[in-house]
Amino acid sequence: MADLTRDDVVHLASLAKLALSDDEIERFRGELSRILDYVAQLQAVDISGLEPTSQVTGLLNVERLDEVRSYGYDPKILLDNVPEVEDDQIKVRRVL
Amino acid sequence: MSQWLPIAELAGKVRTGELKAVDLVNQAYTTIEDNKDYNAIISLTRDRALQRATEIDQSEHKGRLAGVPFIAKDNFLAFGAETTAGSNILKGFNAPYQASVIEKLEAEGAICVAKANLDAFAHGSSTENSDFGVTKNPHNKSRVAGGSSGGSAAAVTLDFVPFALGSDTGGSIRLPASFCGCVGYKPTYGLVSRSGVVAMASSLDVIGPLARTIDDTAIVLDVISGRDELDSTTIERDDQPYTDLDISLEGQKIGVIKEYKEEGVDEGVKSQIETVIEKLKTAGAEVSEISLPSLPLALAVYYIICPAEVSSNLSRYDGIRYGHSDKDAKTVDEQYLKSRGEGFGAENKRRIMIGTHVLSSGYYDAYYKTAQTVRTKLINEFAEAFSTVDYLLGPVSPTPAFEINSHRDDPMLDYLVDIMTVAANLVGIPAISLPIGSVNDLPVGLQLMGRQKSDRQLLALAKQTEELIK
Repeated sequence: MADLTRDDVVHLASLAKLALSDDEIERFRGELSRILDYVAQLQAVDISGLEPTSQVTGLLNVERLDEVRSYGYDPKILLDNVPEVEDDQIKVRRVL
Repeated sequence: MSQWLPIAELAGKVRTGELKAVDLVNQAYTTIEDNKDYNAIISLTRDRALQRATEIDQSEHKGRLAGVPFIAKDNFLAFGAETTAGSNILKGFNAPYQASVIEKLEAEGAICVAKANLDAFAHGSSTENSDFGVTKNPHNKSRVAGGSSGGSAAAVTLDFVPFALGSDTGGSIRLPASFCGCVGYKPTYGLVSRSGVVAMASSLDVIGPLARTIDDTAIVLDVISGRDELDSTTIERDDQPYTDLDISLEGQKIGVIKEYKEEGVDEGVKSQIETVIEKLKTAGAEVSEISLPSLPLALAVYYIICPAEVSSNLSRYDGIRYGHSDKDAKTVDEQYLKSRGEGFGAENKRRIMIGTHVLSSGYYDAYYKTAQTVRTKLINEFAEAFSTVDYLLGPVSPTPAFEINSHRDDPMLDYLVDIMTVAANLVGIPAISLPIGSVNDLPVGLQLMGRQKSDRQLLALAKQTEELIK
């Protein structure tokens, strides 16, 4: 059983940068445990001699010229989407 | 009967001036207004759509899809309305550029008239996870439309437009198509550009059309497929049009998937599928049973790989550059935590946390790497199956559309809905949902799959099957 504790859920939420309410923590504790139980069935599968798959196209090193291009994005639309702007710059909380 | 002519014919009449693009767009809006209670649509792109229609009517070069109205799932960036991905965290977001597929469709004269409802960030199989309300099934308003492209499937079935766009990470085009009763096509991974579509799980996500017929599906695929510099995972297509669909069923080798018979399939669904199999045999197809022993593991593989990629893709929503932001946060960390905590829905949070868990140090090998390796096993088994048959056949879903709210208390129930669709995404092969009948007035979809890059042959087989069951 992948029985997650309350502390496990709090830790995961902090790694994932999600503020959760107490109700959510309790609810997710049960739900996430059940999901992890279900997917844990793979640990019994014989995978000896097999390599992991991370992509299915077989494409390797897709390259393009390293050059500056204009995509014509309207700076106004970009800035209008930003929650807080000052002097056409994105405002961020103090980090230091 | 649909109010829309086949797409090729409709566009032909706009090119000759017999029909006006402006009238087609207005016709779409009238139908949308008349069916608001299904909640298939999040927003309309009315001003831009009518302006484009006027331009097309006046233009000399109208294009292959001249004046054909369509609807895009609201995780496609498009001008003329907000792009929300069905989530509160993106409410109010205006796209600075359009998805490559929208650009390609517009270049051929098609007109995006609305954005369709979806489970927030396409996380779900019922559209119940949308922050904009559930989409109701066109055949029964107490049932779900399926998901996550539920709005797109309902929009096509309710005859709003001749076709809609959806995205399919684990069945999100095929499942709602099957629940609503339209055609839903998941192309080979990489055949259609995903630039400008809100990313979910990048090794699985594909873009595809939902339409009424295979011919309509094929013409849309022909316009949107091919290599795109803006999506480096796209593959080259060949020169032959996807609308060349002439084949004979005589001698076609079709494998009926054994494991899909064992997954608690509804008796009604089973008998509908059996009827089609008999018709295919009568028409000369060589139908045999085929076993893919690891198929029952596909859902577990999916629910590790998908959340892992989701947790990574959704880390971009930081409450700083765009999207919902907690204005009272005092520190950067608090701004991340609160903006994401408030903006994401329960299913988004579940997937982000599962993904974070399976990728975290100490669990990575046991979960993520194991799932990737079982994915290889699955790919090998499909390759072996395709060495004896050319197509695979089975249901899209074990049951027809379920009651709204019936899965609310157990997310695992919602995950199990994807049990027959996720394998095609893990393996990267094309798959289609074709409406073949109904059980208690609820549509049933047949799933056909083919080898990687066999999209044209798969559509051709689907067209022959469509003819058989007319």
